[in-house]
Amino acid sequence: MLSFTSQRLAVALSVALTVSIVAFLLLHLSGDLATAIAGPEATAAQIAEIRHQFGLDRPMTLQYLDWLWRALHFDFGNSFYYRDTVTSLVASRMPVTMTLGAISLMLALVIAIPLGVLAAVYSGTIVDRLALGFCVLGQAVPAFCLGLGLIIVFAVHLHWLPVSGTASWKNYIMPSVALGWYAVPAVMRLSRNGMLEVLSSDYIRTARAKGLRPTVVILKHALRNAIIPVVALAAVQFGFMLGGSIVIEAVFNMQGLGYLAWEAIARNDFPVVQAVVLILAVIYVALTFLADVANAFLDPRIRLA
Amino acid sequence: MTVAAPVDIGTGLEAPAAPQRRRAGLLRRSFGHSGLVLGGTMLVAIIAIALAAPLLAPHDPYNQDLAHRLIPPVWQAKGGWDHALGTDKLGRDYLSRLIFGARISLLIGTLTVLISGTIGTVIGVCAGYFGGRVDAVLSYIVTTRLALPVVLVALASAALVGSSLQGVIVVLGLLLWDRFAVVTRSATQQIARTDYVAAARAIGCSTLRILISEILPNILNALIVVATLEMAHAILLEAALSFLGLGVQPPLPSWGLMISEGKQYMFFSPWVIGIPAAALVALVLAINLVGDGLRDVTAPENRG
Amino acid sequence: MALLEVDNLAVDIPLSDGVLHAVSGVSFSLERGETLAIVGESGSGKSMTSLALMNLLPKRAVRRADRLLFDGIDLVTAPEARMRALRGNRMAMIFQEPMTSLNPSYTIGNQLGEALRCHRPVAPAAARDRAVQLLEKVGIPAAARRLNQYPHQLSGGLRQRVMIAMALMCGPDLIIADEPTTALDVTIQAQILHLLADLKKEFGMAMILISHDLGVVARVADKVAVMYAGRVVESAGAQSLFRSPRHPYTRGLLNCIPVPGRTAPGSPLGAIPGQLPNLIGPQHGCAFRERCAFAAPECAGDIPLVVTEPGHLARCVRIDALEAAA
Repeated sequence: MLSFTSQRLAVALSVALTVSIVAFLLLHLSGDLATAIAGPEATAAQIAEIRHQFGLDRPMTLQYLDWLWRALHFDFGNSFYYRDTVTSLVASRMPVTMTLGAISLMLALVIAIPLGVLAAVYSGTIVDRLALGFCVLGQAVPAFCLGLGLIIVFAVHLHWLPVSGTASWKNYIMPSVALGWYAVPAVMRLSRNGMLEVLSSDYIRTARAKGLRPTVVILKHALRNAIIPVVALAAVQFGFMLGGSIVIEAVFNMQGLGYLAWEAIARNDFPVVQAVVLILAVIYVALTFLADVANAFLDPRIRLA
Repeated sequence: MTVAAPVDIGTGLEAPAAPQRRRAGLLRRSFGHSGLVLGGTMLVAIIAIALAAPLLAPHDPYNQDLAHRLIPPVWQAKGGWDHALGTDKLGRDYLSRLIFGARISLLIGTLTVLISGTIGTVIGVCAGYFGGRVDAVLSYIVTTRLALPVVLVALASAALVGSSLQGVIVVLGLLLWDRFAVVTRSATQQIARTDYVAAARAIGCSTLRILISEILPNILNALIVVATLEMAHAILLEAALSFLGLGVQPPLPSWGLMISEGKQYMFFSPWVIGIPAAALVALVLAINLVGDGLRDVTAPENRG
Repeated sequence: MALLEVDNLAVDIPLSDGVLHAVSGVSFSLERGETLAIVGESGSGKSMTSLALMNLLPKRAVRRADRLLFDGIDLVTAPEARMRALRGNRMAMIFQEPMTSLNPSYTIGNQLGEALRCHRPVAPAAARDRAVQLLEKVGIPAAARRLNQYPHQLSGGLRQRVMIAMALMCGPDLIIADEPTTALDVTIQAQILHLLADLKKEFGMAMILISHDLGVVARVADKVAVMYAGRVVESAGAQSLFRSPRHPYTRGLLNCIPVPGRTAPGSPLGAIPGQLPNLIGPQHGCAFRERCAFAAPECAGDIPLVVTEPGHLARCVRIDALEAAA
């Protein structure tokens, strides 16, 4: 377990490092930073002054290491647009996206796992077909279309829920449904296929031969083993949701990380874009690492190795 | 999917089918697969509409007519047959824009998949065939790619290269190769272990020849399935990028852009987003049904 | 009254290209304390027969029988709840694959205890004691420590012993062992087999031993049923069967075993040419006739079970020709 964990940790750290290079390049590919910092009215001399002052005339490698060092201390420089540090901007927007992502994931898992289990237990029957049909249809509806549709029905016509914003918990209902929606088919398929595979295994036959009740066979013996890959998928999906929340935040006008990045891209505010890309990527890497560890913990064959 | 594995019923199940019978079986299974038939029909219809767009479209999709803005579709009280699906905020015929929009979605889907499929297949096949250090390095690249948030990086890159149809295709093509790499890698690993690859190696076939004449034909099924599903993915992403204003630019009739442009009118005229959204759902649904169907009928575990 | 009476048992599996007749017309009876061996090559329907008794067949399989009585209980009409109360409690099963038959996620103790506690209202500690006692009985050293271990920490032989202990938890009347030694090393096979024979005697159980190995069967069985292509082709007391096999298939099987002292070194062992017939679709006549040296035109007709001597039955119309040849 220890060697497994440390090995995975090494991979995670090196992927994070590579991602940081990509994020660093993203900023430098976006145009001349000195010009951007100096502003449109700056003279050539002022730009040269700023270039020197910010160390932009040094070799790229040096600049990267310097940037990485500061990024490790949560210093991502200043926004070009807002007169504020990137760090404080990100910190103020983070809770909205995290809350949205967490609720969406919970919603997706609560719907998808039982549906997948039911589809596997009743495989080949109408239950299975309906669940699979729901999946195929679900995958075809883009999250932002679903979001807009929800707004039209529940906010405009029924007046049950607020259209946009982040004022109360009610504001999170429709965005979470729209964001969680996209993860449901993947999680459902994986739990269904995992359950099907486990249900046909020898130890399930043993469990039935013991005279255990079907609920015990399914919930204790089958689900426990079928759920292991779902844990990893859930972590991956959470990462995707944080990245995909940009569209949902735009639809529902929620001032989260995605909205911040969207605005920043439109305004060429690349220090912000860079920071959000790096943060989301590092969160994703951390999540997959934690999922690997959780997997190992759930599977005694790895845990006790 | 098979039900609980029968333990001891051996006989009659292992009889190897003759190749001809198998091909005929594939066709028969394809036509017996209701999802595949439905999706295939829808997809063929949409492709036909896209190809014949200039013949089918009742109006010029770019022709503005500010006197007839936001005319509702024919099924609403104020609608009329002249503009069967109504007009948009600039008075352009919605049906014509929808028909020409199919071209954009299909074009983006196809070209993106060509680019990403090539990149992903090269990476996956090399990783799967050579294994060892090559595999480690390539898998590492795939892992790193997966860590990047797709929508965000696509948006930022599209902004960098300049938002345009070509820009979107290149950006998506360079981003969406991960699933190709993952699938072709494992498929190649399976093939590379088989006897006929060992035999080809033993008689001195060059690596390139083995890859092209032994490996590629055998991973083609898996590749086609991934290509369809990734095509749907690319179309959805383009719609999202265009919806966010950083994809295809006006006045092109991209469905995502139509939804974006209609957003401000959706409270009073929900159909302005409903119609392009329905088209988008229909196209993605058709492609996904075809992809899922092809996976079902070509998957070896379902042969028998 | 016999403990188990099986009359005309059949298992059909509908497939896309026809119905697979996995088991047809199988009949036998078993007294308390008796061991019945069911012998046949893979695909002959032996495992299907055992799963049919437990009603653990694959979902799509259809079971039919004129009579299926376990201690007077009609298993054909028994509702699932009744079957569940019997399974693992009064009729227990040991499977072929000890490596995959235990759940990798739970400890041995958990899986053993569960077998008892789902049928008896006992405290966890009592179930634990019973588990330790049975693990010792099946010859597992340091039994108490094993309870906290996971299946992957045990060897195949130990896992099969655990499976046996698990089957014994409720003290069943009937134990069905489906090729319990096939997946194990040869040295361990003998140990497990002796263990089963001893336990059967000690607990006074009846046993159905499923095997493709006649050598194994000869040592422990009271009665033998030879299956071929889903049918019982010959059944008899073990002595009678080994002394005077009547069916050409049984003879073929016996010729495949080298006998120390009688089979000369280097001399060819018998082999049965050909393979099992296709069991999909309607079946007519003797299924073995394609591979049989004594086959005649009448073999394509109906083949009744012939009583050759009391308790010895064979499903062959050419027994006389066979005798003449011998």
